[in-house]
Amino acid sequence: MTKEYKTITEIAGPLIFLEKTEPVGYGELVHINLPDGTTKRGQVLDTSADVVAVQVFEGTGGLNEESGVVFSGETIKLPVSKDMLGRILSGAGEPLDGGPRIVPEDRIDVNGASMNPYSRMPPEDFIQTGISTIDGTNTLVRGQKLPIFSGSGLPHNEIALQIARQAKVPGSTEDFAVVFAAMGITNEEAQYFMEDFEKTGALERAVVFLNLADDPAVERIITPRMALTAAEYLAYEHDMHVLVILTDITNYCEALRQMGAAREEVPGRRGYPGYMYTDLASLYERAGVIKGRKGSVTQFSILTMPGDDITHPIPDLSGYITEGQIVVSRELHMKGIYPPINVLPSLSRLMNSGIGEGKTRDDHKAVSDQMYAGYAEGRDLRGLVAIVGKEALSERDQRILEFADLFEDRFVRQGRDEDRSIEDTLQVGWDILSELPEALLTRIDNKYIEKYHPAHKSN
Amino acid sequence: MKGEVYRVAGPVVTIMGIKPKMYDVVHVGHEGLMGEVIRIEGDKATVQVYEDTSGIKPGEPVVNTGMSLSVELGPGLLESIYDGIQRPLKVLQEKMGDFISRGVTANGLDRERVWEFKATVSSGDSVKGGQTIGVVQETENVEHKIMVPPTVSGTVEEIKSGKFKVDETICVLTDGTEISMMQKWPVRMPRPVDKKFIPKRPLITGQRILDGLFPVAKGGTAAIPGPFGSGKTVTQQQLAKWSDTDIVVYIGCGERGNEMADVLNEFPELQDPKTGRPLMERTVLIANTSNMPVAAREASVYTGITIAEYYRDMGYDVSLMADSSSRWAEAMREISSRLEEMPGEEGYPAYLSARLSEFYERAGAVKSLAAEEGSITVIGAVSPPGGDFSEPVTQNTLRIVKVFWALDAKLAQRRHFPSIDWLTSYSLYTQGLSDWFAENVAPDWVPLRDNAMDLLQQESELQEIVQLVGSDALPEDQQLILEICRMLREYFLQQNAFHPVDTYCPFDKQYKLLKAISKYSDMAQASLEAGIPMKDILSVESKDDLAKVKFEENFDDALNVVMEKMDKEFAALGGN
Ligand SMILES: Nc1ncnc2c1ncn2[C@@H]1O[C@H](COP(=O)(O)OP(=O)(O)O)[C@@H](O)[C@H]1O
Ligand SMILES: [Mg+2]
Repeated sequence: MTKEYKTITEIAGPLIFLEKTEPVGYGELVHINLPDGTTKRGQVLDTSADVVAVQVFEGTGGLNEESGVVFSGETIKLPVSKDMLGRILSGAGEPLDGGPRIVPEDRIDVNGASMNPYSRMPPEDFIQTGISTIDGTNTLVRGQKLPIFSGSGLPHNEIALQIARQAKVPGSTEDFAVVFAAMGITNEEAQYFMEDFEKTGALERAVVFLNLADDPAVERIITPRMALTAAEYLAYEHDMHVLVILTDITNYCEALRQMGAAREEVPGRRGYPGYMYTDLASLYERAGVIKGRKGSVTQFSILTMPGDDITHPIPDLSGYITEGQIVVSRELHMKGIYPPINVLPSLSRLMNSGIGEGKTRDDHKAVSDQMYAGYAEGRDLRGLVAIVGKEALSERDQRILEFADLFEDRFVRQGRDEDRSIEDTLQVGWDILSELPEALLTRIDNKYIEKYHPAHKSN
Repeated sequence: MKGEVYRVAGPVVTIMGIKPKMYDVVHVGHEGLMGEVIRIEGDKATVQVYEDTSGIKPGEPVVNTGMSLSVELGPGLLESIYDGIQRPLKVLQEKMGDFISRGVTANGLDRERVWEFKATVSSGDSVKGGQTIGVVQETENVEHKIMVPPTVSGTVEEIKSGKFKVDETICVLTDGTEISMMQKWPVRMPRPVDKKFIPKRPLITGQRILDGLFPVAKGGTAAIPGPFGSGKTVTQQQLAKWSDTDIVVYIGCGERGNEMADVLNEFPELQDPKTGRPLMERTVLIANTSNMPVAAREASVYTGITIAEYYRDMGYDVSLMADSSSRWAEAMREISSRLEEMPGEEGYPAYLSARLSEFYERAGAVKSLAAEEGSITVIGAVSPPGGDFSEPVTQNTLRIVKVFWALDAKLAQRRHFPSIDWLTSYSLYTQGLSDWFAENVAPDWVPLRDNAMDLLQQESELQEIVQLVGSDALPEDQQLILEICRMLREYFLQQNAFHPVDTYCPFDKQYKLLKAISKYSDMAQASLEAGIPMKDILSVESKDDLAKVKFEENFDDALNVVMEKMDKEFAALGGN
C-alpha cells in the first residue's frame, strides 16, 4: 500500500502532477519525500486514471522529479485528545512547544461533516463580554459565529483578547476552552496573544495553532480546519463550551486565491475563487449547538478588510455567512475612543434570541433600538451641521446631535479592562437616553419608560 | 449496466463504460453516492454528485438507475424538512447522527406511515390526469387530494377506501394501471396545467409596506435583493409565517443552518392567522445549507418548486420562498466552472438567465388539468455581492419578476425595518389589484395609499434642499410634509418582526393606521391655513401617541383614544 511513486511530470506553483499511479482517492493525504531527506505533505485535488494533481502544503520549494510520492490512502486527520489543552501546535497540527506528540484518543477528518440542520439547537445563551457595544447592542450568544471586521492598524487584537478574558455566561460554571488559530499573522502579533494567554492563565484552557506570516501559505488552508476539528472534539466529546478565535481570515482567503490561480481556475470577483463562499461556509458553519449535547462552538474570528472596504469580497462573503459582524471603525479610533466599535454597520443576528426577560432584561431590545435610531440620526445631522451650521437645526435635532456625542463618549468608550455587567450597560443606555425629550423615545414601550427611565423610576 | 469512475475533481465526477441519458441518476463508487448526469461526451459522462466525494478513486463502480432526479409526492410532505434531494433530515439524523455522512439513501415519503384514504370516485368512473380520486386528511386543516398522475387516464376498475401506506395500490384502472397515493415526478420538468391566468388576488402578508405599497399577487413573482444584514431572511420568514396561503414551501438554499433550526423551532409554536393551527402543518421545509454539498443545493430549488406544483394541482394557493436564489446561481457557477464551460458574465454560465426564467415561469395562477384553480407565488431572495444590484443574478431576476422589494443597507443600519426602499421598489400588480382593494379593504384605500406614496416622493426631493439649507429654511407647509412623512415612515412603514403584536398587521389595521396619519395631516393643514403657528401644530401630543398604537394588543380602542384626543387638541388650537 505504501508504494512510492517517482512519476512527477510537472511542478507548477504549489501543485505537482504525476502519472501512472494506482487508483488514488480524491482528497487523500500525500507524503512527498524530497531528495534531501525532508518530507512534505499534500492533498489530492484531482484524480483520474491518467494523472493526479496534488497541492503541497509546505510549498514546492526543493521538489524535483526525483522526489518520491506516497499516497496515504486516507484524508487528512487530526489526532485529538483532551491533552491538547495547553498545547501549541503548528498550522499543520505538529507540536511547536517542545512537548511530546499528542497521544490520540481519536483521529478525526479535518474537513468535518456538515451538521444536520435538524440536529441544531438555536443558540440562545447570552454571553456577557463586558463590552457595552457588544452586550448592549450586538449581543453574542453561545454557538454563534460573530467575526470582528477590522482594518490594519486598528485594535482588533485588544478587543478579541478583552473578550477572551471577560466572556462568561452569567451564572454558569460549565467547562470552557479557547481554540486559537493564527493564519499568516506576524510573529509579533502571535507573541502578543501568547503573552496575554500566559499572563491570564488562559493558556491552560487553550489549544493554539500557529501558522505565521513566514510559514507556507498553502498550509493556511488546513490550519482553521485543524482548529475547528479540535474545537468540535472538545465541545461534543468533552462537553466544553469552546470559543474559537481564527485570525486573520483575510490571510486565509489570500491563500485560497493563490491556490486558485495556481490551478488556473476561472476567477470570480476580484480574482478570488468562485467557490470562496462555499469554502468559507465550510469553516463558519462549524459553529453551533447540538440538541442533547452539552458543549458548544462559538466563533469570534478576526478579519481585516482590505482598504477598510466592507464590500470587498472577503468581508462581503463572510457577512453573508456569519451571524452578524462587529465593525471596528478607523474614525472612532482616530477620535481616541476604545473600543472603536461602530454599532451602525455592526449586527448580531442572534441578538433577539439571546436577550429579554429571563435572559438579560425585558427592556433590552427597546433600549438598543432607541439608541440605534438616535445615534444614526445624530450622525446624519453631524454631516448637515458641517454645511448649514448648528443654528439652522431645530431644537429637536440639536438634542439628537448631542445624543450622538454622548453615545460615543459614554456608551461606546470604556476601559481596556472595564468589564461591564449587562445591568451596567443598560444603565448607561438609560442615562444617555434620558437626556433626550421623552416624546422622542418612540421605540420604547411606555411600560419600560415607567419602569426604567430615571425620571419615572421609583427610588 | 455497470460503469466505472474515470476522474474525480470535487463534486464533479467523470464516468465511463455506461451510456446514460442526460439527467439520469447514477450511484457512484462503493458507497453508492447519488449523482446526476449533466454532460455526455463520447464514451464518458460527467456527473454532479450530491454528496462529498473525498476518497473516491478512479475505477470504482458506477450504476445507472436510468431515472431522472425525481421527488416523491403524496401525503406526508407537510411538516417535513428535507435536504436538496428530498432526503428527510430527520431520517438522516436517525441513520447517521448529528453530522451528515454519506452514502445514505432515504425515501422522501415514509413507507410505514398509514393514512386514512377516502375514495371520491367509484368503479366505472372515467378519470383523467390530475383528477382527484380520493382524499386524505394530511394535517388538521389540509385535505390532501390524491390525484391521478398527469400522464395517466382511463376507467376505474376498482377503488378502495381505508387505511393504506403511500405505496400501496388504492385504485386499479381497467387497463391494469395501478395507482397509489404516491407519485413521482422529475424535478426539472414543470408539471402540466390546463392554462394560466393573470393573477388578480393579492397575497396578504400582514406586512404593511408589502401589502400597502408594493403588493404581490397570488401566483405572482417577487424578488428581494439586498446586501447582507438588510433583512432578506427575516422578510422571507415573515412571508412564510403570515401570508394567507394554504401551503408554504420554504427553501433554505445555501444559507445558514441556524436559520433553518430557528424555523423548525418556531413554526410548530406559531399559529396560522387564518386557521389558528400551528404554521408547521401547512409548511414544507427544504434545507440545503451553505456547508452542505453544492450539487444538492443546485437541485434544491427544483425539489421545492415541484412540491409546490403538486399542491397547486390540488387547487391550493401555495407560496414558495427561496433564500437565496443567488446561492443557487453560484452552485450553477461552481459546477459550470468544474466542467470548464465557457464562462459568461462574472463567471456565471451563459445559461444563467434561461435557468432563472424557467424557474420563475413555474409560478402562476392556473387552472389545473382537473379544472381546479390554484396558484404558486414565488418570492426569491437575491444576495448581490457588495450589495451592488448591477450584478448578473439581480439583473437577470429583475427582468423576470413583477415585484421588486429593494432592501437598503442604510435603512437597516438605522434599524428602520423592514429596510425596503420605498423610492426604488415597485410592484407591477398595483393597478391590477386596485379593484380588489377597493372592494375588500375600503373604497378610499387606493387614494390614501397613492397619496402616501406621493408624499414620500416629495420628501426625498425636500430632503435634498434640507441638506443644503437646513429644515428651518423651508416654508411651513413643506415642513409639515416632512413631519407627515416622518410619521409615515416611523408609524406605518416601520414594522418590527420581533414584536409580538406588530409582527402581523391585518389589512383593516393597516387601513386605520394610514387613515389616522392622513387625518392628522388634514387637520394640521387646515390649522396651518388658519394661521396657527407651526410649533403648536407639531406639539400636538396625540401625534406622538399615535407612534405606539400599533404595538397595542387592543388596537382599535387605543386608536380611538388617541384620535379623540387629537380632535380635542386641534379643537383647542382652533382652525378646524
Ligand atoms: N422586519 C424586521 N424587524 C426587526 N428586525 C429586522 C427586520 N428585518 C431584519 N431585521 C434585523 O436585521 C437582521 C438581519 O436580517 P436578515 O433578514 O437576516 O438579513 P439578510 O438575510 O438580508 O442577511 C436580523 O437579524 C434582524 O435583527
Ligand atoms: Mg439571509
